[in-house]
Amino acid sequence: MMAPLQMWLSGWLPEPLPLILIILIKIVAIVLPVLGCVAYLTFAERKIIGYIQMRIGPNRVGPRGWLQPIADALKLLAKEIILPTRASKILYLIGPIVTLGPALAAWAVIPFDDLRVLADINAGLLYILALTSLAVYGILIAGWSSNSKYAFLSCMRASAQTISYEIAMGFALVGVLVAAGSLNLREIVHAQQGGFLNWFWLPLLPLFVIYFISGVAETNRAPFDVAEGESEIVAGFHVEYSGMAFALFFLAEYANMILISTLTSIMFLGGWYSPFQGMGPLDEMTAWVPGMVWLILKTAFFLFLFLWFRATFPRYRYDQIMRLGWKIFIPITIVWILVIGGMVVFEIPPWFDA
Amino acid sequence: MKIWRTIKSFFLLELLRGLRQTGSHLFEHKITVQYPEEKTPQSPRFRGLHALRRYPNGEERCIACKLCEAVCPAIAITIESEPREDGSRRTTRYDIDLSKCIYCGFCEEACPVDSIVLSRVFEYHAEEHDELLITKEKLLEIGERLEDELAADRAVEAKYR
Repeated sequence: MMAPLQMWLSGWLPEPLPLILIILIKIVAIVLPVLGCVAYLTFAERKIIGYIQMRIGPNRVGPRGWLQPIADALKLLAKEIILPTRASKILYLIGPIVTLGPALAAWAVIPFDDLRVLADINAGLLYILALTSLAVYGILIAGWSSNSKYAFLSCMRASAQTISYEIAMGFALVGVLVAAGSLNLREIVHAQQGGFLNWFWLPLLPLFVIYFISGVAETNRAPFDVAEGESEIVAGFHVEYSGMAFALFFLAEYANMILISTLTSIMFLGGWYSPFQGMGPLDEMTAWVPGMVWLILKTAFFLFLFLWFRATFPRYRYDQIMRLGWKIFIPITIVWILVIGGMVVFEIPPWFDA
Repeated sequence: MKIWRTIKSFFLLELLRGLRQTGSHLFEHKITVQYPEEKTPQSPRFRGLHALRRYPNGEERCIACKLCEAVCPAIAITIESEPREDGSRRTTRYDIDLSKCIYCGFCEEACPVDSIVLSRVFEYHAEEHDELLITKEKLLEIGERLEDELAADRAVEAKYR
């Protein structure tokens, strides 16, 4: 689709411009839907948690409440951005940007299907790891520059927690890397070709569970939301923020949730592959479904889990979070990497016999 | 025993039970009442906005005995009284401070002539404090407006009073 457009553009534009223009169009084509999903994820969250608590949730703005996220966004846009007098002004304004930037930048390497990927780099997994760890700097900067006790406590908690869980997450990804034999996300999906029994969730089951739980902890979502901890430290690192600056944190949190869900689907649930691949009649019946739809469905499943967890589990105590991360997740991941190594060496079918 | 506990926590059994519990509520019937369009049923004993009633012949019931003023735990009622031209004792002032009232209904129970009553009205508001200090005239007017409903509710509850 992009090739003829590029041909046409290079007809009348000097050289690097057509390429840059094409890349910009692709970026917009990824970022806008992501932001739209973020808006409607907040709506889905309020609806689903409401339903679980036997309430209805927002249903007043527009038909059945469908315009609620737009009303919220307009409200936040119209509000004043308050700069606390004793805050470190420049850092205070950089904080939200540093938080949102990596959350969106990580989408560059996500393969939506075999052809649709913005940057098909060979170290995609490394890039993802690097960018998801950057997000904590935004929280740290925001918490420190607010010059508020609560924000400071929260950003200390958030950074300690994120760093702890990053290790377990990194080890889980090492397992994926060993199993797929590649750092390129597209190759990782290719390695999972076949029906849903060929996906990596089965041989990597402990890593799959640990990766997703660490992902919940990384995004500071319930039950690991001590950084927000509204009952103890008000709202955590974003207490002092208002208006659009606050909205950026909000966007970043939800964009990260979508990102983690997408990554989990790509690395453990076979990305854009249909679960019925190679299953005869079922495969033929669902052959018309485009790959991207499967990826979106898988992502939606994990997003639902995020919301379900939030409606179910009470918040962990801080020392329990640390115990879980360091004493349970890291040993299990190390052991399972060895198991995976053995499975790859002995070429256990159906995953590693190629 | 300890092994069983370890197995339970490693396979997340208790967490899954928790998820099943909340998950089952997801599809249950929702009990939310959509307030302005739907309303919950009210008891005839509902205690809402106050009213002063009159007898069917138009004579006001209140005889200024001040029992309501005495029983009011929130000291929300202020009464002053004087003999009328015909010699009967009547109130010259009957004020209720709605911002003090706790809607306990003691005034209604204390009243020997069923004069001060609590109506079913609960949807009233004020933008300034003064509007919550209601006077005798206002109370009587509320009583006249709601007389049918008030009389019917008192009749239903008569045998319990």
